[in-house]
Amino acid sequence: MKVPVSWLKEFIKVPFEVGDLAHRLTMAGTEVASISEIGSDWDGVCVGLVLAVDSHPNADRLRLVTVDSGSGTAEVVCGAPNVAPGQKICYARIGACLVDGHTGEPAVLKPARIRGVVSSGMVCSEKELGLSDEHEGILVLPESAPVGTPLRDYLGETVLDLEVTPNRPDMLSVTGVAREAGALMGKPARVVDPEFAGTGKAIESELAIDIEAPDLCPRYTASLIKGITISDSPEWLKRRLVNAGMRPINNVVDVTNYVMLEYGQPLHAFDFDKLSGARIIVRRAREGQVFVTLDGAERKLTGEMLMICDSKGEIAIAGVMGGANSEVVPDTTSILLESASFNPASIHYTSSKLGLSSAASQRFERGQSPFLTLPALNRATQLILEVAGGEAAQGVIDMAPGLNPRQPVLVSTARINSLLGTNYPEEEIIDALVLLGCSVKSCPASRELAVTPPEWRSDINLGADVVEEIARIKGYGDIPMTMLAKSIPHQSPSPMLSFKHRLREAMVGLGFQEILNWSMTNTGALSKALNQPELSVRPLYLKKPMTLDQECLRTSLRPGLFSALASNRRFEDSEIQLFELGTVYLPAGAGLPEEPQMVGGIIGSPQVKRHWSEETRPFDFYDLKGKVEALLAYLGVNPSFEPSEDSGLKPGSQAVVVVKHVPVGVIGEVDQQAGRAFEIDEPVYYFEIDITRLLPLTVGDRQYQPIPRYPAVVRDIALVMDNTVKHRQVEEIIAGFPLVVETRLFDIYTGKPVPAGKKSMAYRLTFQSRKKTLTDDAVDRVLEQILARLSSGLGAVLRR
Amino acid sequence: MNQQIDDLRNQAVASLKTIASSDELNSWRVRYLGKKSSLMAVLKGLGELPAEERRAVGGQANQLKKELEALLKEKEEALAAVSNLSTGGTDVDITLPGRPANLGKLHPMTLVLHELGEIFASMGFEIVEGPEVEWDYYNFEALNIPKEHPARDSMQTFWVDAPPGENGWEMLLRTHTSPMQIRVMEKQKPPLRIVVPGRVFRYEATDATHIPMFHQIEGLAIDKGITMADLKGTLYEFSRRFFGTDRRVRFRCDFFPFVEPGVEMAVECGVCKGEGCRLCGQSGWIEILGAGMVHPRVLEAGGIDPDVYSGFAFGMGVERIPLLRYGIDDIRLFYSSDLRFLRQF
Ligand SMILES: [Zn+2]
Repeated sequence: MKVPVSWLKEFIKVPFEVGDLAHRLTMAGTEVASISEIGSDWDGVCVGLVLAVDSHPNADRLRLVTVDSGSGTAEVVCGAPNVAPGQKICYARIGACLVDGHTGEPAVLKPARIRGVVSSGMVCSEKELGLSDEHEGILVLPESAPVGTPLRDYLGETVLDLEVTPNRPDMLSVTGVAREAGALMGKPARVVDPEFAGTGKAIESELAIDIEAPDLCPRYTASLIKGITISDSPEWLKRRLVNAGMRPINNVVDVTNYVMLEYGQPLHAFDFDKLSGARIIVRRAREGQVFVTLDGAERKLTGEMLMICDSKGEIAIAGVMGGANSEVVPDTTSILLESASFNPASIHYTSSKLGLSSAASQRFERGQSPFLTLPALNRATQLILEVAGGEAAQGVIDMAPGLNPRQPVLVSTARINSLLGTNYPEEEIIDALVLLGCSVKSCPASRELAVTPPEWRSDINLGADVVEEIARIKGYGDIPMTMLAKSIPHQSPSPMLSFKHRLREAMVGLGFQEILNWSMTNTGALSKALNQPELSVRPLYLKKPMTLDQECLRTSLRPGLFSALASNRRFEDSEIQLFELGTVYLPAGAGLPEEPQMVGGIIGSPQVKRHWSEETRPFDFYDLKGKVEALLAYLGVNPSFEPSEDSGLKPGSQAVVVVKHVPVGVIGEVDQQAGRAFEIDEPVYYFEIDITRLLPLTVGDRQYQPIPRYPAVVRDIALVMDNTVKHRQVEEIIAGFPLVVETRLFDIYTGKPVPAGKKSMAYRLTFQSRKKTLTDDAVDRVLEQILARLSSGLGAVLRR
Repeated sequence: MNQQIDDLRNQAVASLKTIASSDELNSWRVRYLGKKSSLMAVLKGLGELPAEERRAVGGQANQLKKELEALLKEKEEALAAVSNLSTGGTDVDITLPGRPANLGKLHPMTLVLHELGEIFASMGFEIVEGPEVEWDYYNFEALNIPKEHPARDSMQTFWVDAPPGENGWEMLLRTHTSPMQIRVMEKQKPPLRIVVPGRVFRYEATDATHIPMFHQIEGLAIDKGITMADLKGTLYEFSRRFFGTDRRVRFRCDFFPFVEPGVEMAVECGVCKGEGCRLCGQSGWIEILGAGMVHPRVLEAGGIDPDVYSGFAFGMGVERIPLLRYGIDDIRLFYSSDLRFLRQF
């Protein structure tokens, strides 16, 4: 909302400093985004009088204009077609700073010889003054403009640009801002109830109004003016509108806009002669009907939209935009002026459904006060009579099926102070409320105040609203600062938070960089990353995605991690290790989706030699497996790795991670096709673990084990067996024997002298007892049994 | 005897000064500290001396031995240093790069969220998390933002293409962390103090200052007798700990439908110290968070009697903080996964 300060001053009768006012407004909830000074750069421009206009000796299109600038006369070459003797104009002398009409840039006016004639200055257009883009003709000032006055003093303006919050429709009006400002400065603004003189027939004899949808239209007021002349508005009116950010159209439309800006009450003027049946009907639209608004666009209506109709049909979309069929045009002579209140939600619905937000709809949807319809109607009628002539019908029509008198809000001083943490005496509270225009009655019996808010404030309805008003007037800075005094409430912190924290730290320690990706992705990316032409888990789609590559919610961390690896590979030739810990979204029937927390990690090998001292080896499956094992060991669980068939991972190079018989994740080499789809052209390894599933498997797992008191005995054995035998088969057999506390595979060998089809696996077995020191004999006896069992079970032979 | 030890000392010290190589130093060691050296002979012969003399001479000889050993060590080090410089030697080049050992780094958002969580946790707020896909009831209606309320326009919503829930509720991506206010009130009776960090979503086109997904942290305290002064004090204390004690704080009125009175907190601009600069839009203040006393209708929606209990709530966008702190000019970098960016934190 742009508020010209000169307009505010019509209602604030005390002097004030603009910067101070802006600060007060901002602190009290309406931020002043900027203060602009129109005319602050008009140096050397003043009001001038055109004494004579002569033709230019060397150019048909140019004129020689003699200007009285108050301090002498000057001869100026002028190209404007509308210059005429007797006009008050804006005269810029040499040295003035203006906007160059051609370049649009500020420029200092220099003496110029135009077609052989010296021009001592310039008669300015609006564009040259930076007022608008109008540059066809010069700006003609009202006759009353005092010659010689610096233009800054005559036309200059200070404009506040306010950011109005949705709860304050009153702040979308000059009077509302004036009232707020007055309250904040301790000097209430003065807004006089306007009146007009209706000299025509009684309005009831000319016009009838039916409100068929009173739920959507609590009040409808109207006046009627005949015999008007549509023309341009007077300069002062146009200037105000322009300074407030609106475009002048014609005198009638300009008045409706002017009064809307002044009162916050939107008005609409219908061409009365175009209405059928001298009747206004306020009703819902017919579903699917098409209506042409005055911007010429066809609008498809729904049955929930409120329409203004005459006896034949629709003439306006209530509160949003008028229709082309009843528009005020240059030859209009009679107008019906509408000032009404509509249901805010209904207007919001209509305006967002049609994608049609107007200055009017913005005010209605915030719930402008229905008490303002009548003063605004009176003011507009009076102004139209002033600027467009004509005769108003006697009286107004005021239908108010939904207008209820303001109910007082009951709130006690004690309650106010206990919510604010203050000690304001009752008199101070009453004073503050009265400043705001409230009427306050003290009820000693109930020790409550009955606060009736002023008619222009539709947002004060609860005790809490009154509390805020007190705080605003007193200033938020006036409220003390205290710490929460009560004891800290009982807490039951989720183990997930600390678990995630530990997990992140472990991942960082394992060399992974944390990344965060969008929660949104697309079918194609999921399908490529998972190597599933048809997704096995259908993601949740957004009704209206911002972009098609963010059309659904991720069901997997893979697309994000794969893209991240590929994009970093463009500049990083060392190894890349990335992880993300985040939510995936799995649809779950009719309810909200499941949101398991996942951790995913990806590694890509160094592409160049990493260190001068040794060869660099590319990563393989076991690099990542080692990291996953370390991670899980850190988190206190002991996983097993089972065969898996994940479509996105390379067959034969992947495993399911199982903890306590529960599959919690997968690990493997990314399938080449999946990788290539993300422009990854190197072997990369990926794992993911569902930590929502993992967490319960870890809790309560830890218990102290005494450190063994007796020494351990180690034995190294090398076993020759078939290539097909798996490490775990060996491990499981050995684990079945007593005294073995650790089995560590430390070498695998194939080739001579190991026969073809066989391999040699070397293990270090650690034997230890919690009861005694083991003798070599005792260990050897167990070892023999182990070897016998490995031989019978797996055909493994001890290699000598 | 004493004189002999003294002479020995002078001789050894003098000859050490002339030594310039490790070979020479070795000979010196053999000569003065070796098994056949005169000093050793003195020490060996101690047993033959009378007890009193043995103590005196023994002390002196042992002291000399210690002194010469120390001088030897000193000289060895000096020679080693020289040798490294002149020949390159066989010692390590301590300037060569070590074998790479990787440590990753946490994402800056993780770091900030952790820091914020810790501060509030130390003030007795419990950290809780909630669903990112929500019902419109929790995201809007229960927070006093009915359908067709203009306040919804500032929270453009991603609606999920799913059938309405049992209650006719519509599914959406939460536009703020505030729905957890209601969920917590429904589950837990006052007193309560929580903070909720998490992802939120807004239907906004992406540019250097806007992204469709970002993080918020929400706070809520409800008890009997909680005041706006408590709100101010708590947030001021937060600011002191997070931004430092030298930054002033400003509270002004603002509007959020789920609080009344509504509050906006700003801290003094860290760049211009309140003078006004480009970063703070010449105002001298940086808006940090929205807050307020919990709206009575919100308490009611959470099943809490507003005549008995009161509370305050606050919410802040988290990305803003590292943006300001590190002078980052493009918010999209957080979600670019670019190692050149992420490794800086
Ligand atoms: Zn600044």
